[in-house]
Amino acid sequence: MTTAAADATADATTAEVDANTDANATTDAAAIEHARALLGVSRLTNAALTRWLHGLPGVDQVGCEARAGALGTRSIKSASKAWAIDLAISMIDLTTLEGNDTPGKVRGLAAKALTPDPSDPTTPRPAAVCVYGDMVAIARNTLGDSGVRVAAVATAFPSGRASLAVKLADVADAVNAGADEIDMVIDRGAFLAGDYRTVFDQVVAVKRACGTARLKVIMETGELVTYDNVRRASWLCMLAGADFIKTSTGKISPAATLPVTLVMLEAVRDWRETTGTQIGVKPAGGIRTSKDAVKFLVAVNEVAGPDWLEPHWFRFGASSLLNDLLLQRQRLRIGAYSGADYIADDSPSTAY
Amino acid sequence: MTRVEVKKTYKLYVGGAFPRSESGRSYAVSDARGQFLANASLASRKDARDAVVAARKAQPGWAGATAYNRGQVLYRVAEVMESRRTQFVEETRAAEGVTPARAAALVDAAIDRWVWYAGWSDKYPQVLGGLNPVAGPFFDISLPEPTGVVAALAPQGSSLLGLVSVVAPIIVTGNTAVVLASRERPVPAITLAESLATSDVPGGVVNLLTGDPAEMAPWLASHRDVNAIDLTGVAGTAIDWAELERAAADNLKRVRRPRLSQDGPTEPDWSANLGLDRLTAFVETKTVWHPKGR
Repeated sequence: MTTAAADATADATTAEVDANTDANATTDAAAIEHARALLGVSRLTNAALTRWLHGLPGVDQVGCEARAGALGTRSIKSASKAWAIDLAISMIDLTTLEGNDTPGKVRGLAAKALTPDPSDPTTPRPAAVCVYGDMVAIARNTLGDSGVRVAAVATAFPSGRASLAVKLADVADAVNAGADEIDMVIDRGAFLAGDYRTVFDQVVAVKRACGTARLKVIMETGELVTYDNVRRASWLCMLAGADFIKTSTGKISPAATLPVTLVMLEAVRDWRETTGTQIGVKPAGGIRTSKDAVKFLVAVNEVAGPDWLEPHWFRFGASSLLNDLLLQRQRLRIGAYSGADYIADDSPSTAY
Repeated sequence: MTRVEVKKTYKLYVGGAFPRSESGRSYAVSDARGQFLANASLASRKDARDAVVAARKAQPGWAGATAYNRGQVLYRVAEVMESRRTQFVEETRAAEGVTPARAAALVDAAIDRWVWYAGWSDKYPQVLGGLNPVAGPFFDISLPEPTGVVAALAPQGSSLLGLVSVVAPIIVTGNTAVVLASRERPVPAITLAESLATSDVPGGVVNLLTGDPAEMAPWLASHRDVNAIDLTGVAGTAIDWAELERAAADNLKRVRRPRLSQDGPTEPDWSANLGLDRLTAFVETKTVWHPKGR
């Protein structure tokens, strides 16, 4: 498929106003031109992408898991732990992505993001609240201009099995409702079938639909099976213009494991060395304890470097992690172990 | 050919599993004559923390079991102990330095104590609760409910009978327990844990830690997710139990003080009939007013 043909297909399916089409084509053409130059090919074909992605060095599975294991054994002393807990809290995308999400639950979660620990106003706020697209307005309304961002999952999350037109409409809907960040899923089916160009084109199209919103691209590493695939998907998403690469939807197990995150951190580090552009990383799903969170922060510092140790470049997608971090924070503050009775309940019972 | 000796690793009992201490520490346990007996895990405050998490997780399910069922489970503990009777007698003899006949009597009493408390499981609500006469058109009913997670310092002297007499009344009402075994005599407690693990007691209902109570007790006393603490085991130690009670006050924890005599805390006579005292210490009374017509 030629570049023009791909654009025509994408645009025709979006059924946008004609006047926009030229501008869109230009944006997409620029993305493709940039990718073409980086790969050093005359045409951005599946074959070219395959050559490039499969030319990346393979991941040593045993070595990667051993290194992740070794990084997890670091002993963190109290002062560093206090710093790490506050940093981890400020990196959380506080998430609720359930079919039974009610406006009340989303408001409750947003209120919790504004005041994570009512007993201690010095507690930092999470970076964002992450919800489904139809809940963006409600979250936005509660969060206002507090600085806590609203992230929305889009593009037929979590499976991503919908046409591009539907995906783009989903994105536009969330952006119009006030989302600051969009979490999209890649087409894993296309990726595993080797149709890298389709994955690339969809990310480019969604990136364009995001406008000024930051784009996090979910690779769903649990479905990609191998670390080699994780590395390839990371590079492909960064090539297509992702602002963040994210491990998982949280709906598939395994989700965010430390070795997978390690591979992604290496990818963003190498990407910055290659292109000069810094990309964020977001592990999501399965990170529940402060201990886990600290292990990830150690990995960020050791693999990608301290430049990534801030909420702009590293996030945790989590729901229950915040509570455990708050418990640990209280434990350090009061010198005694705390319990669930001292944490605000962010999921009010729906049974009355 | 001589057979290679199979030596036992004495571990903790937390959440239905037998982990080593997260600290990796252990300490040598001697019998009553000072001969080396075993290396037991020296639990840390983090093990105590994990035990509280396990106890909290298990509590709603255990309290939600029917009284009849809890009675059956406690009786089952007695059955399993009975089948390990020889081992218990030997370990109690070694730990407490008593004659084999005396040790056998202590083990029998411990087993009978499970049966005794098992019988109370569906009867104490009638004794402690009931219908209150009120001057109004209401049914007014009081009933005992479990306090929640109870930390207990098991007696230092009576390593099996005393331990059972502390644990059984805590759990029979639907509480879950974090128990610090006798520091010098932990072996019968470890065997009791193995009996509990094989007798239908859900994991986490009893969590048993060996080690130094003086190290762990302050963390349990100040732990906000522990609802009550039984200080029986401070007798015979240098632990400042008033300090523990002060720490417990921080979250209005229920405290059961040690038995006090002129010499300070002393261990009770475990062979005596204990009455319902230990059972009532860890229940809360809920009263319900229900309107009634004519």
